[in-house]
Amino acid sequence: MKTTDTPPTGDAQIPAPRAAEGPAVTKVAAPVKEKREGGVLNVFSHGVLIIWAIMVVMPLLWAVMTSFKTDRAIFTSPWSLPDALHFDNWSRAWTQAHMSEYFLNTIVVVGGSLVGTLLLGSMAAYVLARFEFPGNRFLYFLFIGGMSFPIILALVPLFYVMQNMALVNTLHGLILVYIAYSLPFTVFFLTAFFRTLPTSVAEAAFIDGASHTRTFFQVMLPMARPGLISVGIFNFLGQWNQYLLPTVLNTDPDNKVLSQGLVQLAVSQGYKGDWSGLFAGLVMAMLPVLAAYIVFQRQVVAGLTAGAVK
Amino acid sequence: MQHGKYRFIVGFLVVPLALYTLFVIWPFVQSIYYSLTDWSGLSPEFGFIGFDNYTRLFEDEIFWKSLQHSLTFAVVLPLVTVGFALFLAFMLNVGGRRRKGAAVTGVRGSSFYKIVYFFPQVLSIVIVALLFQFAYNPNSGAINSFLKAVGLGSIQPDWLGDPNLALICVMVVLVWSTVGFFVVLFSAGMASIPRDFYEAALLDGANRFTTFFRITLPLLWDTVQSGWIYMGILALGAESFAVVQIMTVGPNGGGPDYSTIVMPLYVYQKAFRDGQAAYATTIGVALLLVTLAFAAVVMKLGRRERLEF
Repeated sequence: MKTTDTPPTGDAQIPAPRAAEGPAVTKVAAPVKEKREGGVLNVFSHGVLIIWAIMVVMPLLWAVMTSFKTDRAIFTSPWSLPDALHFDNWSRAWTQAHMSEYFLNTIVVVGGSLVGTLLLGSMAAYVLARFEFPGNRFLYFLFIGGMSFPIILALVPLFYVMQNMALVNTLHGLILVYIAYSLPFTVFFLTAFFRTLPTSVAEAAFIDGASHTRTFFQVMLPMARPGLISVGIFNFLGQWNQYLLPTVLNTDPDNKVLSQGLVQLAVSQGYKGDWSGLFAGLVMAMLPVLAAYIVFQRQVVAGLTAGAVK
Repeated sequence: MQHGKYRFIVGFLVVPLALYTLFVIWPFVQSIYYSLTDWSGLSPEFGFIGFDNYTRLFEDEIFWKSLQHSLTFAVVLPLVTVGFALFLAFMLNVGGRRRKGAAVTGVRGSSFYKIVYFFPQVLSIVIVALLFQFAYNPNSGAINSFLKAVGLGSIQPDWLGDPNLALICVMVVLVWSTVGFFVVLFSAGMASIPRDFYEAALLDGANRFTTFFRITLPLLWDTVQSGWIYMGILALGAESFAVVQIMTVGPNGGGPDYSTIVMPLYVYQKAFRDGQAAYATTIGVALLLVTLAFAAVVMKLGRRERLEF
């Protein structure tokens, strides 16, 4: 939608550190008036910003705190600190409440579908971006059209399509569906990316006798790495957090992925009254993603905000 | 570069295209066809019944409720989220203490705020929904015990159990989890606006608020508009399904008394709970129309001359 200011190299979408400080204008214009306006506004804006920061962090900290409490303490004094660090909540959630299995299933599904999405997505995008052939435009719009349709509409027939192919309630079936539903955005993003890469390198490789396939894998893919990282992070988070698709297509208790498992946990621990176990499970699912985000902050933000500029 | 070109093109496209057609395009086409049948989803037999499902929609009170709630989501959520995010991004980018010679300055630690605000975006919507479900618990949830602690013990709403409050509670959760994303998005857009514009405005005697409305917002318009559509599609689609299905009361959510039912959840309930697959696809087609209409309205209303800079 934007023409000028966002080349799809993820990095460009993060303001440079200097820009984050606000546009610092050179010394040409030095306003002397309105000194106080700045001060009052500054206090006000810090106030608003801090309040919202607290409102964001508070529920998360509260969850961490609660995961160390006893069930009794959760109900009698929800806001007080735990009397002791009850790590048994965590071990109970990990083993008895099947959190370890949910994690494993999710890693298998997301690992498989992420590799598949990037491979198939970049193959399709490369062909659509760099080769002229009849039907090119049609296929491109067929792919990106999938971005704006409500998935739920397709899910009802999809369930029966998969049932006929014996893919319902299997992890490999889920992987195939994740790949298919990640393709529209991946193809859209990578097509734009491949168009920005110079043609001369590929031509040189081709003249040197490399086949199209070899040119793609040994020359173009390495060049497209920044784009692959951005779209990879986008897909990783989307697939890791996916809830709608597995809820419909994967109801076998043994195959549940993390997001389903947490809902399952909420129901079963609710019956048992094991709320501390539930919170331990929630925090367990929350912390790795938050930690990864803090470490790869720049790339994650670039990868995710790229998604909105469609 | 002609040598083997078509074989290569076909070879590279066949797998992605087959997968995409089989699992995405084909079910979409099928669902429109199924909406004209009386298929239950449980047995393979069904008959063609024309537009009966569509006339049934008009008499289905729950469908109207779900439509009303989804439309509320599509109007209110982008308005609140995008508006609030613009406000926060404005504070981040121009709220700083006036430095020597700077027309507008960002607050100290703005990158810290942006990191924190973005937290909910990386979390699964499931985790967010479960956390807030517990916070809303009327007896021992975090919110009501907080009210008690600050001396407002007489106000102890039933939150998700109250038909008048439940929908608002759900919307609050969706706003909480998405605002940060838009703050970061708009901040990036604001930072890409050339500084000489601010300089020029400053020489003409404009203050920060004027520069925001006369310079920042118009130049950010494309980003705001796509953010608006993005949020609306999210509010009509999978995100609202997850939050309502997980948080609200009743079997498969939507309660109390269908006061929080939304269209995607109603599709799910009809297809996989009530065994009315054909009718479910009809509701799905209605949702598709609502989504397309929403995008068209926003594009139409938001149309402005594109500003190149």
